[in-house]
Amino acid sequence: MPRHNTSVCAACLNDYVVEQVKRAIKDHTMFGRGDRILVAVSGGKDSLSLWDILMRLGYDTAGLHIQQGIGDYSEQSHQKTAAFAESRGAELILHSLKEKEGAGVLELADLTDRSPCSACGVMKRYNFNKIACDRGFDVLATGHNLDDEASRLLGNVLRWQEDYLAKQFPALQATHEKFVKKVKPLYRLAEREITAYAVVNKIDYVIEECPMSVGSKMFVNKEVLNRLETDAPGTKQAFYFGFLERQKQEDLSREDETIRSCTRCGQPTTAAVCSYCRILEKVKTAP
Amino acid sequence: MHVLLQHPKRETEIKGPRTVGQLLKRLNLLPEAVLVLRGDELITEDEALKEDDIVEIRPVISGGS
Ligand code: SF4
Ligand SMILES: [Zn+2]
Ligand SMILES: [Zn+2]
Repeated sequence: MPRHNTSVCAACLNDYVVEQVKRAIKDHTMFGRGDRILVAVSGGKDSLSLWDILMRLGYDTAGLHIQQGIGDYSEQSHQKTAAFAESRGAELILHSLKEKEGAGVLELADLTDRSPCSACGVMKRYNFNKIACDRGFDVLATGHNLDDEASRLLGNVLRWQEDYLAKQFPALQATHEKFVKKVKPLYRLAEREITAYAVVNKIDYVIEECPMSVGSKMFVNKEVLNRLETDAPGTKQAFYFGFLERQKQEDLSREDETIRSCTRCGQPTTAAVCSYCRILEKVKTAP
Repeated sequence: MHVLLQHPKRETEIKGPRTVGQLLKRLNLLPEAVLVLRGDELITEDEALKEDDIVEIRPVISGGS
C-alpha cells in the first residue's frame, strides 16, 4: 500500500486504486463511456468504494440495493447505502425482498430448506440480472475484490470444480438475450487496499458483518491466503492473475452448458424451472 | 494504549507494544487482515506507539458470498 514513512498516503493510495480499476476496465473491455452501469451495492466497503470510483471516473452509473430483511444488519445496510447515494446525488434503485418476493432471506430459507446464504444468493443473482435487463443497463458491476476471487478460486481448485472455474472471470459476456454482462472492476485490488480507500475517503460503510456469514468457509480460505501472503507478499495476485493468464491461453470460452429459458418466468437457467421460481413457489403455497 | 476492536465491537487496554506490528502480534492478528487507525490516520506496522495512544483495529475481511 502506498505510504510515506509510516503512514499510508491518501493521495497516492487514491491514485493507485483508481489506476488499478482503470486497468481492470481496459484489460477486460468491461464497459465504455456510452454504457449505463448498474452497480450492486450492499452498503459494505467494497461496493460503496466501487460506486465512488466509477463516479469519480465519470461513468454513467446507478446503484441497486437489495433489502434482504435480515434484521438490524439489513436496516443499517439500507440506511448507509441511501445516505451515500444522497450525498452524491446518485440514482439508487431499491428492491425489498419482503415487498417484492413476499418474504425476507430468513423466511425464504426456512420455507425451502436452503441455507440463508443459498436463498440470498439466488435472490441476489436473479434480481441483479433481471433489474439490469429490464431497465436497459448495459452492464452489472459488483464489488468483488482480489481476496474474494482468490479465495473462491482456492475453494474451487481444492474440489476441482472445473465448471465453476470458467465463471470466475472478471468480465462475463451475456450468453443469453436475458443475461446482462457482468463485471468485477475491483478484482486487481486487495481487500485491505479497498478498505483503506473507503477509510481515507471517509465513505461511511457498514462495518458489521451479515450475521449469517459467521463460520463461512470464505473466512477460512481468506485467512489461509493471508497467512501465505504474510510469508510471501504477492501470493494472492500470483495465484489469481496466474489463473487468468492460463484461462486466456486455453480459451475456455467454450459454449455454455445449454442455457435455456425458465418455463415459468422466461429468465435464463440450466433447469426447466429456475431456482428463483422454485423458491417463490414455496412462498405461494406456504400455509 | 487503548485499543478499539470490531467483530464484536469492544475496547481494551494493552500495555507494552512499542509498534503497530508488535501490537498486532500480541493480539494474534495478521497485518494483511486488518487496518490500524490512530484518529483519522492510517498507520503502518512500523509506526511507533505511545502508552496514551488510542488506536482502532479495523478488520478488512468480509465473509458471505
Ligand atoms: S452472508 Fe449469506 S445471507 Fe448474509 S448477505 Fe451474504 S449471502 Fe446473504
Ligand atoms: Zn503520497
Ligand atoms: Zn424462473
